[in-house]
Amino acid sequence: MKFRGLAAALVAGAGVLGSFASSATAQDDNVFKLAFVAFLSGQAAESFGKPAVQGAKAVIDALNAGSLPKPYDKVGFGGLKIEVQLIDEAGGATKQVEELRNAFERDHVDAVLGYVSSGDCLAVSPAAEELKKLLVLFDCGTPRIFEENKFKYVFRTAAHGAMDNVAMARYLVKRGIKVADVGAMNQDYAWGQDSWKDFKGSLAQLEPEAKTKVELWPKFGAGQYGTEISTLLQENPALIYSSLWGGDLQAFVLQAAPRGLMKDRVVVLSASDHVLPPLGNKMPDGVIVGARGSNGQFAEKSPINDWYVATLAAAYPGLIPVQPHYRAAQGLLGLKTAIEKAMAANGGKKPTSDEMAAAMVGIEWDAPPGHIKLALGDGHQAVQSNAAGRSKWDPDAKMVRLVDIEHFAAECVNPPPGVKAADWIAQGFPGAKCD
Amino acid sequence: MAGIVGTLAAAVIAFAVLAVAGYAMPNWLVLVATLAFAKGLVALGIVVLMRGGLVSFGQGTFYCAGAYAAGMAMRSFGIGDAALLVALGAIAGLILGAIIAPLLAGYRGIFFATLTLALSMIVYGILNKTYSLGGSDGLNLHAPRFFGYQPAGSQNAGYALFLFTSLVTVIAAALCRIHFDSVRGLLSHAARDNEIRVEYLGASVRWVNGINFVIAAALGGIGGALSALSLGHIDPDFAFWTTSGEFVFLAILSGYMSVAAVFVAAILLELVRSFSSQYFPNTWQGALGVFLLLIILFLPGGLGSLPLRLRPSRAKSARASMEKSK
Amino acid sequence: MSAKLAAAILIDGVIDASWLFIVAVGLTLVFGVLNILNFAHGSLFAVGAYAAASAVGWYYGGELGPPFLGYLLMLGSALAVALILGPLLERGVLRFFYRRDEVVLVLVTYALFLILEDATKLIWGAEAYYASEPYALLGNVSFFGLSYVGYDFALIGLALIVGLLLWFGINRTVSGKIVLAVIHDRDISRAMGVNVSRVFALAFMLGVFLAALGGAFTAPKISVQPGIGITVILLSFAVVVIGGLGSVEGAAAAALFVGFARAAAIHLVPWAELFIVYLVMALVLAFRPEGLFQRMSARKI
Repeated sequence: MKFRGLAAALVAGAGVLGSFASSATAQDDNVFKLAFVAFLSGQAAESFGKPAVQGAKAVIDALNAGSLPKPYDKVGFGGLKIEVQLIDEAGGATKQVEELRNAFERDHVDAVLGYVSSGDCLAVSPAAEELKKLLVLFDCGTPRIFEENKFKYVFRTAAHGAMDNVAMARYLVKRGIKVADVGAMNQDYAWGQDSWKDFKGSLAQLEPEAKTKVELWPKFGAGQYGTEISTLLQENPALIYSSLWGGDLQAFVLQAAPRGLMKDRVVVLSASDHVLPPLGNKMPDGVIVGARGSNGQFAEKSPINDWYVATLAAAYPGLIPVQPHYRAAQGLLGLKTAIEKAMAANGGKKPTSDEMAAAMVGIEWDAPPGHIKLALGDGHQAVQSNAAGRSKWDPDAKMVRLVDIEHFAAECVNPPPGVKAADWIAQGFPGAKCD
Repeated sequence: MAGIVGTLAAAVIAFAVLAVAGYAMPNWLVLVATLAFAKGLVALGIVVLMRGGLVSFGQGTFYCAGAYAAGMAMRSFGIGDAALLVALGAIAGLILGAIIAPLLAGYRGIFFATLTLALSMIVYGILNKTYSLGGSDGLNLHAPRFFGYQPAGSQNAGYALFLFTSLVTVIAAALCRIHFDSVRGLLSHAARDNEIRVEYLGASVRWVNGINFVIAAALGGIGGALSALSLGHIDPDFAFWTTSGEFVFLAILSGYMSVAAVFVAAILLELVRSFSSQYFPNTWQGALGVFLLLIILFLPGGLGSLPLRLRPSRAKSARASMEKSK
Repeated sequence: MSAKLAAAILIDGVIDASWLFIVAVGLTLVFGVLNILNFAHGSLFAVGAYAAASAVGWYYGGELGPPFLGYLLMLGSALAVALILGPLLERGVLRFFYRRDEVVLVLVTYALFLILEDATKLIWGAEAYYASEPYALLGNVSFFGLSYVGYDFALIGLALIVGLLLWFGINRTVSGKIVLAVIHDRDISRAMGVNVSRVFALAFMLGVFLAALGGAFTAPKISVQPGIGITVILLSFAVVVIGGLGSVEGAAAAALFVGFARAAAIHLVPWAELFIVYLVMALVLAFRPEGLFQRMSARKI
């Protein structure tokens, strides 16, 4: 009997010692330690976590081999090889704050790049700021990060979620699609609530005659949408809008399409490009698709995009790149730009967090989705161009192609500096520069 | 059972040890320990209930109430003092507990557990839809002051919060120990064994359980406020069933005999979770599950039973050495 | 309310109820016989879904035979999951904890849930799997101008068959009566010569089978990927508690209750969908603390 208790105590003791041992990792000035945080398990793993990790790994391997086109041809970050540590974003915001602090204080990483979930982004940003360490958010969508706070050490290399829905509304206008009423189906949490609010607000400005007929709020992760589909069929709105994503969106399409919900009406799926590869020909044609940026098939031709597509094809044969792949790449390239700018200023040494944070303010760089500029949030928040298109199954290539693509310049769908996104939409997009 | 003086002496010594340890520990361990103590307080509340035979799967309700009370006080009323915020958290938990306790008085066993779980999920749902409280994204808090003093720098702020948390923990633990050894506390044990006999002997089981529930709720509120201050962020996940389940796990892991075991268990769990996450980023959940199984299997009485297990062997070896020296 | 709306709520309610029943009945059975609230139920659902998706993918991908045999394959994959995981989990893990408190057992199953989630991810990875051919095989049905998929109605049939077989098996066969005896009083049953360990093993295997069956027959409607078990465990738990832990009739009644409540909420007050299930649970428990159908048990003083 006593051996069992002792055994447990020994396991525990080993655990404690082990964590102390790992704290003995030394600072290495020849290597840049980067922690990359994304969902490795749970509901966002398939749709956003795994592709982000795929993209990040491909870019980091290429960086360490020095095989990127100019101006990214230096090995790693300014000659420093990148050593990456993966952290699983699953487990809740509390765990993420602990893991961030562990990464910086125990494992001595030099910067953290990550976070898909808005809740996690909001939770970890103050922690990084307090530790005075560089945190680069690469995926989460909430505008609140820099609209409600001022940070010195936190940056976001992708545009926030408001532009997705402004672009969707503008697409309708540009394509001459007028609708009398709208039915909405969004997951009942911040992402769904904010997306619908932004789309509803944008549509109210651009097509005031469209009325909201029904608003449905399925639980996040519900997976069964029979009743919602019946309700939408019954209310029969001319346009259905949904910000659903991942497994939920795939289930919704699988259950809605056979019942004819997506026929004879306009269907707008604001962030859906990532479900096109798995769904394949099960995705009906003619659905208006967004990718939260000029990602994947929306990316306009450029040397860096050509390089990225080729790199991904070599590393993952048969993979169709979608938005998480692109955001991971733009995050890494933005970080690289900032670090190399800091190293140019400090004489080529490995930069400190202060030097990196100072260098990163307001930078602009070219990435696979196009030109990115940290124009909002006092030079901490990125803006980028957006795009929308329609789905069309290509039986020869065996993939869903995006056709009828329209691009929207960054200044057209992002608020100008100093204006909150919600206010900007409510006021009718003052200062927007659209062609 | 050392008596009140003994308990207070132990409390003072424990605080002194923690203060020194906190100074020597690396920064990341200070946060881990702070959070562990905050969660340990909630688990202590469950231990209080467990002694009476009830297990609540909804302590997340009070954890969340305490956290949001502290959060709203800081954001809407500008209250920045840690002691005040934690007191507000305790009061929030207390009031909510006092309201809910009579509703739950008639339930026992798994039905008590499921009803408390349902209540916490309703709170979760309400918070998810309350945009003014941040919805599912939650709210951020800034660093608190300690009796007027604002520590400079992340390391000092962390240590100050750890000291404050240790103080609150030690006081709560001492009070709980005193309660456990009191007549009402021992009545809980009796109620757990056989309620009908307790009623027959003239005590009220409703009162015993009610008071235990309110104490647990207050502890939950304190834990919530402390977590909110150390994380700087609150969100509705504080009321989600997995959070509540974690507290129940801590209570079972520590057993209901020793108060100190709750906090040792809390630190152990945080370290194992962090250790698994670092070495098994793809399978940390499975690693945690295996650890939980092993602990449940090999320590059926919880960590608190370890000292009792070691004692008989000491007595045996003492006797053996006495025989030898004869 | 128009007739069309009422009919839609009715039909949607019944479809939802039958899905809920199939998914939740395994949980109530395991609790009834073994007194274990199995938190790994959601993961077993997920394993069933993955197994069916793999089997169906292999079958239709290779175009190996008549399409309707796919349904048999789904049933078979659920059976395979039960035969492999049932004994593994029950004999290999759970039986060491039978003497412990029922709350400790919940934590053991929670640990199993964590382990199974990662095990599933290790075996099948983080991709999306589909089993959608069976979904399209039964065509479409139209009621009051609304189009429904035939498969969803077939699930109603499956729920009825499962329910009736369980009810008949427990109440009208000798083995069923032995199981009832074990449910009522383990020790006396053992004293009367019943092999209680074998009853437990078989009951748990049946519980795993039912969970996997739910997963297998849900797979055609969804994208099978990590995380599908998490919603299921919450919903099953709510249904089972409302119906009364351990009662199959209770699970059926609760499934209907929750199914109609959800259908009505979505059609009439959509913003309430998030908490309608927990509201129903709290309301039912407030009036009947042990659920709709309380388990008969003698009070021991």
